[in-house]
Amino acid sequence: MSCIEQMKYTILLDRISFKEAREYIETNSDEVYYVSPGYKIFKDYYIIGVPPIAMGSKGNALVFPYTKPCHGSFVLSIENEDSIKEINRLRETEKEKEPASSKKDKSLESSKASSTSFLDMWKK
Amino acid sequence: MTGAKVLLMMGCPEIPIQTSIALYLSHKLTNLGFDVTVAGTTAATRLLKVSDYDGHYAKKLVDLDKTLEDIIEKRNDFDICFAFMHNDSGMTYAATVSAISQARIYSIVFGRHTEELAQTIEFDCEKIVTQDVHNPVRLKNKLDKVMEAMAR
Repeated sequence: MSCIEQMKYTILLDRISFKEAREYIETNSDEVYYVSPGYKIFKDYYIIGVPPIAMGSKGNALVFPYTKPCHGSFVLSIENEDSIKEINRLRETEKEKEPASSKKDKSLESSKASSTSFLDMWKK
Repeated sequence: MTGAKVLLMMGCPEIPIQTSIALYLSHKLTNLGFDVTVAGTTAATRLLKVSDYDGHYAKKLVDLDKTLEDIIEKRNDFDICFAFMHNDSGMTYAATVSAISQARIYSIVFGRHTEELAQTIEFDCEKIVTQDVHNPVRLKNKLDKVMEAMAR
């Protein structure tokens, strides 16, 4: 059992496909970042997913996909001190990837742009 | 390929043929000289453990999430992975292995919604698809051909 199941979390969507989880995060988050499968959050949870994996922030909450073999994918939201750290880490990683670009704030930039660039990178 | 490390990755054991095919594959591949590890959820591994209590057919039985963690942390990896999938989660786990491991992937797509599920696979793999739930023979026959090619 990962630490996620012992944390206080909110289920935003349950028993859906991974694609639906990605679309929900892209549509309903303030900021969207993309990570590779196996990205580690909250000390011991390695994200399971089909790349590109969308991770979102909504205020101080981290919004992310969580997949269980027998129950499908979920979209979870966790808001605590650690979620703020995780969001900051995603922002820092994004800055390192694209030092010249602005942040992926949905009001400024479409999340699709990031998705496309990640997919292109993935195919190389 | 003798001695190559093979991972059999079981998903949710809701569809009955998964357990028998996993035992069959493990036994046949071991006899061909492959180093076979069977990974699964708690329920899937318990089904296998009870069916093969003394580990005659599945010699290495491990936890699925721990196995992925070991691959991600580069403590372990495999040359070949057979990924069982009958739902979107199974496909999602296989996509994860495809991204984190150097293993060649064989996607075993079975169950009730095989065509739709097989179409969602975007990663590089060989697909073995049969729309079977209770009768493992058709899938066994297809896997025999795959193993025949692997043994060459």
